[in-house]
Formats: sequence, structure tokens, C-alpha cells
Amino acid sequence: MTDARLTGANASTEVPLKRRLKRAERRRQVKALALVLPLLVFLLFTFAGPIAGMLWRAVGDREVRQVLPQTIAALAGWDGRDLPDEAAFAALANDILAARASGTMAIAAKRLNYALNGFRTILTSTARNLKAVPEPGTAMETLVKINPAWRERATWTTIKDASGPLTGFYLLSALDLVRNADGAIVAAPPDQAIYRDIFIRTFIISISVTALCLILGFPVAYLLATLPPGRSNLLMIFVLLPFWTSLLVRTCAWIVLLQSKGVVNDSLHWLGIIDEPLRLIYNRFGVCVAMTHVLLPFMILPLYSSMKAISPAYMRAAASLGAPPVTAFLRIYLPQTLPGIGAGSLLVFILALGYYITPALVGGAADQMISYFIALYTTETANWGLASALGAVLLLATLLLALVYGKLVQGQPVTGGMKN
Amino acid sequence: MLKRKIGKIALGFAVTLTAGVALASVAQARDLTVVSWGGAYQEAQKKVYFEPFKKAAGLPMNDESWDGGIGVLRAKVQGGAATWDVVQVESDELAVGCEEGLFEKMDYARIGGEAAYIPPSVNPCGVGAILYDFVLGYDKDKLKTAPGGWADFFDTKKIPGKRGLRQGPKTTLEIALMADGVAPKDVYKVLATDEGVDRAFKKLDSLKGDIVWWKAGAQPPQLLASGEVAMTSVYNGRIDTANKNEKKNFGMVWDGALFTLDSWVILKGSPNKDAAYKFLDFAGKAENQSKLSENIAYGTSNKDAAGRLAPAVLKDLPTAPDNIKNAVEINVGFWLENIDRLTERFNKWAAK
Repeated sequence: MTDARLTGANASTEVPLKRRLKRAERRRQVKALALVLPLLVFLLFTFAGPIAGMLWRAVGDREVRQVLPQTIAALAGWDGRDLPDEAAFAALANDILAARASGTMAIAAKRLNYALNGFRTILTSTARNLKAVPEPGTAMETLVKINPAWRERATWTTIKDASGPLTGFYLLSALDLVRNADGAIVAAPPDQAIYRDIFIRTFIISISVTALCLILGFPVAYLLATLPPGRSNLLMIFVLLPFWTSLLVRTCAWIVLLQSKGVVNDSLHWLGIIDEPLRLIYNRFGVCVAMTHVLLPFMILPLYSSMKAISPAYMRAAASLGAPPVTAFLRIYLPQTLPGIGAGSLLVFILALGYYITPALVGGAADQMISYFIALYTTETANWGLASALGAVLLLATLLLALVYGKLVQGQPVTGGMKN
Repeated sequence: MLKRKIGKIALGFAVTLTAGVALASVAQARDLTVVSWGGAYQEAQKKVYFEPFKKAAGLPMNDESWDGGIGVLRAKVQGGAATWDVVQVESDELAVGCEEGLFEKMDYARIGGEAAYIPPSVNPCGVGAILYDFVLGYDKDKLKTAPGGWADFFDTKKIPGKRGLRQGPKTTLEIALMADGVAPKDVYKVLATDEGVDRAFKKLDSLKGDIVWWKAGAQPPQLLASGEVAMTSVYNGRIDTANKNEKKNFGMVWDGALFTLDSWVILKGSPNKDAAYKFLDFAGKAENQSKLSENIAYGTSNKDAAGRLAPAVLKDLPTAPDNIKNAVEINVGFWLENIDRLTERFNKWAAK
């Protein structure tokens, strides 16, 4: 820098040019960054922050530490093979008395009850009946007399497992796994193993809806892209109409149409096609129909925009070279719509994964998707750890799919192998 | 020059946004906000509590509605953005919220004293507002034979047609046991055993293909009206409202009904505690509560409210002696302990 200035003006012309270029480049970058900064800050606050919070809740485990700190400390050196020593019992008695005084017992009871059904009663009954700090050396005896559960190893391993500050408990539960008393990860008991099935169900419903949207949406998009402007605009209004109607209204309209004394069943009955009403709602069929209707525009619009860009000359050229219509469509037209198919399918699929209201209203008990359970644990039972873990698993699955999609479409020839 | 401006504007944006987010979480002085369950019930409350209270006390107040869920209250209180003061909660929300310290301790001296209220409605964290039932509801115009109770509910040979039940284990398992011959007073004793739970699910198996699951209280009357189901479990007040306002001819079976209380609570740290107590005192007076029962068929918590009612009104209330005779109070303690486990089991069963 300084030596360049010393060597005279003629030598310095080249370097500063590079530097000037770099500087201009940097300036542009800073400007661009400044323009997106507000949005970035907004997203951090409203999107990234809450998601990070959710992921944290899925692995955080602080309730028991907070309420039974002495017990956790006393259990730190316990190997879990037989009952803990007298000191641990004494620590527990102290913790229970302190928690009763501060009214925090329920917080620990709730968390421990997730892992061992009945723990709430064990703790509340012990808190109720423990009158004072037991004499030195009699803590074990006193607690076991109040509730024999304190003689069980499982009671103590449950406390130790919940000692935090991080836990795999909720994530394991979300995948139908538990840790047994020896710390090995095993399958959850069959009547509690439901989440894998629900994830699979969620994916199956989403895939079905995506396929239905594609089958129904493709011809409509083609029509929209090829009709003269006046008529295609009219048709476009019909496509966009669902966008302007509330989701709830559309879902309720399907209930009116599909119920056993609804429009569809009554018409079929009147025509003499059926004697008994068909079950069209409160089952998987109803869920797929209503969700397809709601999500159809999200498929049609990307397809339409990709078809709009295809020149009709290609198909004419294929025909003039002797390709029959089907071959021309499969080899020339379809490959060019692939980006639209990909974008539309991914959009519909990811939106369908998170659907809640529609399956809740038109589905049966066996058609509830994962979002229903996330909502249930968030609001009704307030088991936020499990709700977050289910959310985390869903988020991960969705991200993986988006990545796979990205890999698939990368380097895809979108012109059916022709040179652009 | 330009870039500096842009930088400044961006910085300004960021600062405003951060400040905005920070400010939003600071409690501001606001009017008393009372939250209830919406629908016909909240309309009735507006008429007999909210509007008269505004006039009588000369205090401004807003009312909002919510769908319940202890998670919502926890988020409100712990998030430091408690925009609500007085909330009507269900019994399990009352119990959990009380344990978690989400509510102010109820000072009964400021609302007429504990002796003024029926015993089940007195709680350290809240005061009873209404007592209501899950009953067996049916459409008298559509059924030739009137059902006698839950046993008939499960008998599709005797009375053909689908049945509506609330999705989830709560109320469903109790109903199944009563249909299987368990006396109302023994329901929770049986349900507390593994055999009892198995027995309830076995009974549900016999009806599985004929059940339509409802999720919101507004659904069962619609299911009855559209003929989708022949009978359904339903809140008694909804049946009454449908009969009064929509000229329906629905019937109810009180035998084996499940009753529960909703209570008023004051959210922890409410800046409007004085106004809240004034409101609860007003809503706790017998003369005001009896007007509520005249508008919607719920029992109320003040001991003297029922005595002010005409016999014609009283006979349709959950608190009428004949109606409460064979009813079971939904056991909050049992469900707090078992809701997660039995919800999982219920969904496992439903997916089979």
C-alpha cells in the first residue's frame, strides 16, 4: 500500500483498480445486506427464535432439578443397581418439605408422571403425609412407610433419569422408544407406541393429497395456459376462488355435501343408485377430498407458470417430425413441465404435512395427523416437551424431504434433453 | 452518501422492530378483560353479567372468548404478556393452574364469603361459575323409542344409527363402563384398575364402526340435527339452546350424566385485581346468577340462586335434585394422573 505510493504513479494504476473493484463490490454487498437487514431481524425474532426455543424444549429437562435439587445431588453417585442409600432418602425428605412450602411439587410430579404413571400420586401423598424432617437414620423407613413405592428401584431410576439438564426422553417418546431401568433403549409398550404410526399416517395422507392434486391440477393448468386470454382469465378466477374463501367455510361445505343425509348421498339415493347412504365423511376419504380441494390452487399455479413458458412451436415441431401425440407429449411437453410439477408437489406436500383443522373436522379418530397431537399436547395437557419433540421430528423429516427434492431437481434437464 | 442513508434506515428499522417486540411484552395499563367460552353461553353472560356490571360499577371492561387449554394460560402468564384478567376455566385447568401458580389465591372475603357458595365450587384458586353435564342427547322427532341410558346408547340393534362421542379418553371411558353395567358411583373405582380400562375399551370395541367423534361442543347438536347420529354425548346447555332458539325437539337422559364445574380465576399478576374482584362479587350474587340459569340451562354456584327460579326452569338444570341424583362428577385427580397414558392408548385403539 504505502510502497505502491512510493514507487510512483505509473506502477500504482493497476493495483488500485483491483482494489477499487473489490471496494465497489464490498459496497454493493453492504448495501444489499442493509436492504435485507430489517427482514432478517424480523425473521430471527418471529421464526428462527421460536423454532430454536421449540428444539430446546424438546431436549431440556429442568423441572425435577429445580424442585428436588438435593435428591438429584445425592443420586449423582448412585449406580442404579439396588436402592440408594439413607442420605438420598434424607435429601428427598428435605426436598419434599421445601417443595410443599413453596408449592412447586406439582411441577416435578407432572414431569415424573410422564415417565412413570402414578408418580403424581406417590409425590403428592408423600408430601401430604410427611409431617417433619425425619430423625437422622430413619428417612428410608419413614418414606417407605408413607408410600411403599419408595422401596421400588424404578421409582428412583425415574428420578435419576429426569435429573437433566438435557434429556432424550421426549425425543425417544416421539419415536416410540423408552429407556428401561438398566438404561438400555427399548421399544415402548405396545399400547403407548403410537407416534411412528401417526407419522406414517401423516405422510401417507400428504402423499395421497399431493398425487390427487397433481392428477386433477395438471389438465386444468394446461387448459389455463393454452386458452385465449379472455377465457383463461375467467377460469383463473375459479381457480383462485378457494383462495379467497376461508378454510373453515370450505371444510364445513364438505361436511354439508358428504354427510350421510348430505347433498351427495341424497342425490345418489334419489337416482336409485344406492339404498344405504355411503360413508363419505369422518373417514380417510373425507379427509383426502377436503384437503385436495383446499390445496389444489397451490398445485395449479406453479404448473400454470411453467406451462405458460413452453413455446407451442416445440409440439408442432415434434408432430412435423412424425411423433404421434402421446410420444410428443411424453418426450417433449412433460419434461418441460417438470420444474412446475416439482415445485407444486413440494408446496402441496409440505403444506399438507402440517394440516390440522381439516382432518380434525372431517376425519375420524384414526385420521388425525401429527399436528393434532402437537396441538393436543401444547394446549390441553401442556406436555410441552413431547409437543416440541414431535415438532422437531416433523421439522427434521420435512427438511430431509426438501433436501432430497433439491438434489433431485439439481442438474435436471428441463427441456427434455434438447439444447436450450 | 446514499449507502450511509440506507445503512441508517436499516438500522432504524432494526431498532424500531426490536423496541416494538420488547414493548409488546411490557404490561400496559388496560381495561378489565374477562374471558369465557363464547357462543350462546357468552351471549347469556353478556346479558346478565357483563353489561349490567359495566352500568352498576361504572367500570369499563372487555370480554373475549377462548377454547380452553392449560398451555394457553401458561403461555400467557409465563410469557409476561397476560392480556387477560378474569378467565373461566374447566376443572382440570383449575387444578393444574393452581398447582403451577398461574392464578391469584381467591380472597373469598371480597366476593361474599365461602358460605355463600355450594361446597364443590369453593377452591383456593377460583370460584365456581357454572355446573353442567355431559348427557345422552337424541332427537325426539327421529327416534321411535326413547333411549333409557348409556346401555341403549351401545345397543345398535334396539336403536339403529350412528353415535356421537367426544374424541379422546375423557368421558368416553366412563360412558363405556356405565353402559357395561357399572354403577355411576363406582365408575372411577373400576377405571383405576387395569382390568377396568380393558373392560371399557372392550365395550367400545362393540360400537367402534358406528361412532362419529366430535371435538367441539357445537358439533353434537349439528350431528343430531343433520341426522348423522341417532344419539350423542353432549353438553346439556347446547341441547336446551337448540330447543329454545332453533325450535328443535331434542331430548336428554339425565341418568348416568357426567357433571363438572367451570370456575372463574384471576390470572397471576393481573394489574386489574380490584376490578376483577368487583366483577366476581357481582357475578357471584344469587339474583344475578338466577338470571343466567333463565337464559341458559346451567346450574350456578351460589347457594340461593336455585331457590329464586321457577319450577319450570329448575327441572331442566343439572342442579335440580332429580337430575343430579344419578350423575357422576368427572374426577379431576384421576385424569390429571392418567390423561397422557390413556390418550395414547385411546389413539392406539382408534387406529386399529
